[in-house]
Amino acid sequence: MYRAVVPALLLIWAVPAYAEEPTVTIILRDHQFVPSEVPVPAGVKVKLIIRNEQATNAEFESTSLHREKIVDPGGEITVFVGPLDPGSYEFFDDFHGETRGHLVTTPDPWTRGPAK
Amino acid sequence: MLPTAIIVFREVLEAALIVGIVMAASRGAPGRDLWVLGGIVAGVLGALGVAAGAGAISAAAAGIGQELFDATILFAAVGMLGWHNIWMSRHGRDLAAHAVQLGAAVRSGAEPLWALAFAVALAVLREGSEAVLFLYGIALAGQGGAVAMAIGGAVGLALGVTAGTAIYWGLVSIPMRHLFTVTSWLVLLLAAGLASQGAAFLMQADLLPPLGSNLWDTSFLLSDHSLPGRILHTLIGYTAQPAGIQLVFYLATLLIIGGLMRLTAPQDSAARRHSPSPHGRAAE
Repeated sequence: MYRAVVPALLLIWAVPAYAEEPTVTIILRDHQFVPSEVPVPAGVKVKLIIRNEQATNAEFESTSLHREKIVDPGGEITVFVGPLDPGSYEFFDDFHGETRGHLVTTPDPWTRGPAK
Repeated sequence: MLPTAIIVFREVLEAALIVGIVMAASRGAPGRDLWVLGGIVAGVLGALGVAAGAGAISAAAAGIGQELFDATILFAAVGMLGWHNIWMSRHGRDLAAHAVQLGAAVRSGAEPLWALAFAVALAVLREGSEAVLFLYGIALAGQGGAVAMAIGGAVGLALGVTAGTAIYWGLVSIPMRHLFTVTSWLVLLLAAGLASQGAAFLMQADLLPPLGSNLWDTSFLLSDHSLPGRILHTLIGYTAQPAGIQLVFYLATLLIIGGLMRLTAPQDSAARRHSPSPHGRAAE
């Protein structure tokens, strides 16, 4: 039985990697992230698209997510995050420190209990 | 003007600290100033080029061009700093003790100042290109006027250079027989910190697994965004919330460079006991 269970568990782990990741688009507009509170599923890899609709450069950065990427004016970048533990993860525009937002995890089937 | 000054200061700070340490580590080496100056000039020119090509870099390699570029620069800098440190572990004590007798020509030919100059160029290029992009963005948007931007940029630059100068003078006040031991440790920790930053970029590009996305969180003690946090980030690679892979790269860099330094260090412990001499190599 052990021989069957282990590969099955591995398969559950492996499946999300091959499936299309949930994608969330965040817009930078007038030095605001829209939306500024971004619900994302916990426990899976998530694709973030950050589009900069401003005339100035921005740098999408997050200390807790270890992400740091420049977004050209009118351009967009793709950043993969996760699988995240339940919680709230702050991100900001490093070129405009007051421009901030959060990723907030939503409960997912593999994680018991509500997200913080 | 103030936000401009703060952001330019932040970008300049890291490069300036690296330049200050490198200058101290190569104290008294003939031609040092020219090599370092050359590195800074090359870095500034490189930063302008990178800023101009930022869009192309970003789009390269299926969207992970920025990450690959940053990681390459960081690991190249690690290599250069490591190379100089390994060389110093063999010759540093001689330099500190018998500098005058060794002869300037021998030393200038041997000490890999090019490695330090290259590391300086890479640091200036990386931090400088962000400052240039930021200033260019402000200029494009026409925010606050060109004069305010220029003043802000100049103030930020001056503050950063002051910090680099301060660490240099602090280091060279160390007696010569201890100086290279201290700078070697500083360069080693600096290199490990840069390697950890490089690992973070490869993780962001999804080329490396995080191995635990936040091993611990000391942001309540010292935030990455505070001034001391930023200085320690550059000097020893401090991060309040490190990922596992960053720690792996940090320790691996310490072990590899530190191990090679040990292997290449002269074995004669008798000479070590008798060598300390009040005369530095510096005839400054």
